[in-house]
Amino acid sequence: MNVTVTVNGSQVEAEVPDRTLLVHFLRDVAGLTATNIGCDTSSCGACTVLLDGRSVKSCTMLAAQADGRSVVTLEGLADGDGELHAVQRAFRAEHGLQCGFCTPGMVMAAVSLLSENPDPSEAEVRTALEGNLCRCTGYHNIVRAVLAAAGERGGR
Amino acid sequence: MSILGTRVVRTEDPLLLTVGGTYVDDLRVPELAGAARVTFVRSPVAHALITGIDVAAAREAPGVVAVLTVADIDDLPPPPPAPEGEPPPGSEAAPLPMGGPWAEPLLAVDRVRFVGEPVAMVLTDDTYAGEDAAELVSVDYEPLPAVVDLDAAVGGETLLFPAAGTNVAVTAGGPADGSAFDGCDVVVERTIVNQRLAPVSMEGRATAASWADGKLTVWVSTQNAQISRFIFAGAFGLDPAAIRVVAPDVGGAFGAKIGADRDAILVAWAAKHTGRAVRWVETRSENLVGMTHGRAQRQHIKIGGTRDGRILAYRNEVIQDTGAYPRMSGFLPFLTGLMASGPYDIGHVETANRVVVTNTTPISAYRGAGRPEATAAVERAVDLFAAEIGMDPAEVRRINLVPPDKFPYSSGGGAVYDSGEYVKALDQVLTAAGYEELRAEQARRRERGDPLQLGIGLASYVEITAADAAGGETAKVMVHDDGTATVYTGSSAHGQGHHTAWAMLVQGELGIPMERVTVLHGDTDLVPLGTGTYASRSLQLGGTAVHLAAVDVKEQARAVAADLLEASAPDLELDTERGVWQVRGDPASSRTWAEVAAHAGPDGLAADANFTDGQPTFPFGTHLAVVELDTETGKVALIRHVTVDDAGTVLNPLLAEGQRHGGIAQGAAQALLEEMVYDADGNPVTGTLVDYAIVTAAELPSFELLSSETPATSNPLGAKGIGEAGTIGATPAVQNAVVDAVSHLGIRHLDMPATPARVWAAINEATARTATREGQ
Repeated sequence: MNVTVTVNGSQVEAEVPDRTLLVHFLRDVAGLTATNIGCDTSSCGACTVLLDGRSVKSCTMLAAQADGRSVVTLEGLADGDGELHAVQRAFRAEHGLQCGFCTPGMVMAAVSLLSENPDPSEAEVRTALEGNLCRCTGYHNIVRAVLAAAGERGGR
Repeated sequence: MSILGTRVVRTEDPLLLTVGGTYVDDLRVPELAGAARVTFVRSPVAHALITGIDVAAAREAPGVVAVLTVADIDDLPPPPPAPEGEPPPGSEAAPLPMGGPWAEPLLAVDRVRFVGEPVAMVLTDDTYAGEDAAELVSVDYEPLPAVVDLDAAVGGETLLFPAAGTNVAVTAGGPADGSAFDGCDVVVERTIVNQRLAPVSMEGRATAASWADGKLTVWVSTQNAQISRFIFAGAFGLDPAAIRVVAPDVGGAFGAKIGADRDAILVAWAAKHTGRAVRWVETRSENLVGMTHGRAQRQHIKIGGTRDGRILAYRNEVIQDTGAYPRMSGFLPFLTGLMASGPYDIGHVETANRVVVTNTTPISAYRGAGRPEATAAVERAVDLFAAEIGMDPAEVRRINLVPPDKFPYSSGGGAVYDSGEYVKALDQVLTAAGYEELRAEQARRRERGDPLQLGIGLASYVEITAADAAGGETAKVMVHDDGTATVYTGSSAHGQGHHTAWAMLVQGELGIPMERVTVLHGDTDLVPLGTGTYASRSLQLGGTAVHLAAVDVKEQARAVAADLLEASAPDLELDTERGVWQVRGDPASSRTWAEVAAHAGPDGLAADANFTDGQPTFPFGTHLAVVELDTETGKVALIRHVTVDDAGTVLNPLLAEGQRHGGIAQGAAQALLEEMVYDADGNPVTGTLVDYAIVTAAELPSFELLSSETPATSNPLGAKGIGEAGTIGATPAVQNAVVDAVSHLGIRHLDMPATPARVWAAINEATARTATREGQ
């Protein structure tokens, strides 16, 4: 079927098999490989992207369900001048990533959290990121990064 | 001020945070354009004879390029003959797959031995077609009884390898006559389980390959590109020079990506066999049965000593479940034996182990690889001993820790510990945690019968890092005539921050700013020789090699600069703050690295180093965990975790802390949540991330890390390994905290993981026992 998705501000249109998952559409059709696939049960969150501004696991919806809608991936997070988003900056400053595989999904989940709750407590950050698994950091610095980004954005 | 020892943010991060890493599935190199997708057909049964494979329907399916079974493997040399008899347990080398009757085939030949064993491969134009076609491969299995239970494995009624005549692959150490415990006032013994875990790197295994013009190129998610090259060369009978192995970004590994396993060899073979480039990226469900598992020991521990707290004797007898194929032979339990007595000065230490095969996924290294198992055993033993004599577990530890004046210390397990301040680490943690107040709070909760009980758990540990130090590591440092530098390293990064760390070493030694230093690793065309990353060896071996190469380049540059400045070499100095050479005390004479490199002649400034003089090092520390245990539901929450992890001189605290954080989380997860479970027929029942309980942010506290640096004496950086400290220290600390939370009910031990069901059942049983006693 024909699917048109606005990805990081650009229209991507393609004829794809009906069963194409959004994550494969992003990786193989739009050519954006930051978004990773870490499981097959919607458990890990590595594939998290923003759909119309809210986080979704892109392995758990069909590309067809995103037809006519707007997706932002990690590649589209920095502004047009390449200025990094506060969450990206904070992840680096706080060493919130190691191998980097969960990072694109984790960052997008954090961005979504802060748009819904600009001033989260540590416990709220931990609960909000429950659907995003990381095996390297023990989450310690990820949580610090999200709290730091919230602080920088005037949330606290 | 030197950059060494400071908190430097990572050079790796800008790419990872903007366009993401380039993992095997992300490679868009020309050689892989149009690569076929590989889908494995894996055994759905644990133990069976294969009586037929029909691939006709699959071959006809849309999008299918090829369907390959063992019958197609007619172009490989026979595997080298295995040495006669049992291999010596625990040679300190990398993985030791056993040959002879235990040999592991590439694709199953006539028998499958675990759920997940590769039986056939389907090559298709795209992923979805591969999944469809794989379902069309029809395999006839004649089921055999599955061996899952360790006693059944030892009993040998059903054999996995009939030609071997036994399921016991390795036996080491002898039976005990008990005399070691003569003279002990108190002896406690118990059988405990160090359960099977799945490593679950966030990126699973992945391999891509192309074969063109007689050269094989393999991109593999591995910890060791160079070792992988020799594995492929051996498997294919190729000259290593005809093979290029590339480790692109690797999304976590934790020991389970050492070298290249049979799946990776098969993918590379498929490229060579069909002439078509191929790519395989496993699914998570595939990963949970196909990637090696870790731990899987049953231990019988026995500890004895005096009533005033002195431990006199300790024995740890291990049965190592090695899964369907003894890939590590006796190595893991060997390390468990070597580190058996931990940081304690114990007069009589005995170890023994048997390695048995079962119809389960093969066991290999997982973050700690034999040492967390040793530490968990001895830390449980110390707590059992403390409980038996009614002494505070912190006090028992203090009495028995090796004192600082005994180093180097020859342990009862057979290791020589290099340096340590064990009691100091314990006291540092007790003070920072507020141990006395925690005990007081625990007493108050017990007094009032609070349903939320407090548990305080301790683990003091010593571990061995760079156990194979003599294997060394390579580095090359070049300074170019534009003033930039390039580092080639045999070490291999998968998240640890090697690129940042190695650039810091170059800046520290040469004064070339780290943003002008490029670090290259994991490509055998660029770095043909190297070992790679495991056993927490990177900084102490690979980092030292970089340091030595930089020192060599510096001395070369001194001579060149002397020529340039028409001065004598000893009169020159390198100002590492400004990154310039000058006549001592005369800044006006300064020459930049670019000028010196340009003057160096055709060979430029370059030096190789292969650091092989290292010795294993012995990091140590103490972990204290505090849990809240809900006695009404059995649910345990880790609420504090305080640690000292002394790994010698720290190059970058940010990176070292990151290693500790990750390890602590994995350790706590083993204690509380994770277990790879099989049913009696050998079916994995935790084969997806819905069932296998990876710890999340919501189940962990922030960690309280204390610093302590006791320099290593065997390398110029003073570095010991930090990568595995977390799993080694945290696991028993959290387990001990859980037991401590219910010890007042008469509970002395709980196996891991401390799931609500297990804790609740133990509390119920203990309460019933008390009620029965009181009723009598």
